[in-house]
Amino acid sequence: MRIFDPHIHMTSRTTDDYEAMYAAGVRAVVEPSFWLGQPRTSPASFRDYFDSLLGWEPFRAAQYGIAHHCTIALNPKEANDPRCAPVLDELPRYLVKDNVVAVGEVGYDSMTPAEDTALATQLQLAADHGLPALVHTPHRDKLAGLRRTLDAVRESALPPERVLVDHLNETTVKEAKDSGCWLGFSVYPDTKMDEERMVAILRAYGTEQILVNSAADWGRSDPLKTRKVGDLMLAEGFGEDDVDQVLWRNPVAFYGLSGRLNLDVTGTAATHEGNSILRGVPKDPHEPDPAPTAPARLPGTEA
Amino acid sequence: MTHPRATPAASTDSTQQAPSTGTHTGQTVPATGLTTAPSLADLRRHLTTQLDPAARTWLEHALDEAAAHPGVHGPISPWELRLAEAGRRCGAAHADAARVLILDAARAGTDALTRVYFQGTADERRAVLHALPHLVPGPGALPLVEDALRTNDTRLLTAAVGPYAARHLAAHDWRHAVLKCLFTGVPVEHVADLGRRAHGDGELARMLGDYAAERTAAGRPVPEDLYRVLDLTEPVPPTAGPADPHGKES
Repeated sequence: MRIFDPHIHMTSRTTDDYEAMYAAGVRAVVEPSFWLGQPRTSPASFRDYFDSLLGWEPFRAAQYGIAHHCTIALNPKEANDPRCAPVLDELPRYLVKDNVVAVGEVGYDSMTPAEDTALATQLQLAADHGLPALVHTPHRDKLAGLRRTLDAVRESALPPERVLVDHLNETTVKEAKDSGCWLGFSVYPDTKMDEERMVAILRAYGTEQILVNSAADWGRSDPLKTRKVGDLMLAEGFGEDDVDQVLWRNPVAFYGLSGRLNLDVTGTAATHEGNSILRGVPKDPHEPDPAPTAPARLPGTEA
Repeated sequence: MTHPRATPAASTDSTQQAPSTGTHTGQTVPATGLTTAPSLADLRRHLTTQLDPAARTWLEHALDEAAAHPGVHGPISPWELRLAEAGRRCGAAHADAARVLILDAARAGTDALTRVYFQGTADERRAVLHALPHLVPGPGALPLVEDALRTNDTRLLTAAVGPYAARHLAAHDWRHAVLKCLFTGVPVEHVADLGRRAHGDGELARMLGDYAAERTAAGRPVPEDLYRVLDLTEPVPPTAGPADPHGKES
């Protein structure tokens, strides 16, 4: 089973998680930028975080044979802090980077005017940069939040087929589907969705345009929930192809809208292909890196 | 500044030969036996033959644009946008070379290289490090090398120990860079000019010996590369009497 987790906050996870994810079949992840639990107080703190998503984290993932991309945005919660909002002006220089496959996660937290502004601004940025958008739906007052989110999408320059509406559940899936957006579901141990309810939704709504993620972060969450959904789908009568569509082809199709998805895990070793070229013409430049059967890891790292 | 015994100051030999202008077009990197890094002309030829037609057209346009409009224009200069998108335009395998050529075409000096390094992804930072020996004649860009050497990203470390570091990195920092390669598994074949800089370096030999002893005490294997470097630290045994340290080469 090949798995693409389209929403997971690996910055908050350990290398043990990467190992377990690889063993479970995860070969690609998208890490949306989000709230770190401790509120930030300045754009500089965002810059370091974005740089990490474009530097250290993809390197860490590659060591475990996992392709890592990210989405960049000012998250809804911190959009309300006037000390943080100026980071919106700095987003354009991040949105041109190779590994950025969407604007996100944007959306509503408390549905404030500041959140309205940040959402509209960032949907426009997505349209300007040829990127899709990952839109989070709020935890509180969810159905009203979904409706306001879909209104914002309709008023934006971004067509719904370039928007993934995430953290959906039984109460919001129908209206989200009717909007034409892609549908994201986060499967959690206690909150959001669980495996059984996820399978029921797949049975009711089909496997088209549905993405399942673990949204694992610093809270109680499980980076293997994607695999558990795939296993339950098979046990409940879905075919291998259905599982592959939900857990691989749908996220590839959505983030592929960016034109920047590169699922070859290169650079797992110090002799990165790019380096070898600068050190002399490679033996056969058209030969792709062999897919790692087992992740190549560093013999030792220092903190 | 440290003064390694019997080792010439690494920062003087090559830079004096560098012409003050025109290094970026003639790619006249001083030939001091500093590794096998290809010239900019080699990179250009390589990409011309390897890129598919669409990517080749894109790169040619990017290079012309950078040459016509170097410097800072607005929040993001056009050549900096090309630098950012080179990976998806040329493919990961050719991105480093394409970015080095764009930096050269834009005549990026130390200030511009520093800016794009610190605003860059890991891939862009690596390309800047590869560009340094071609574009910066003096030691002014050493802070970028030092930044990369503080990371644990082996792709950055590998790029950091190239010809620019070989020319300019002070002895203490250079020894720690070599040791860090051994720690993180970066093959020392990537350390530019290793033989010349390691030769006769007693302090490096001591550090390597201590590291080997620490590994052995822990019951862990000693990296093969460690012995390779240790051998290089040996002064060449005198064959026909001691060389005159003050004499000129004959």
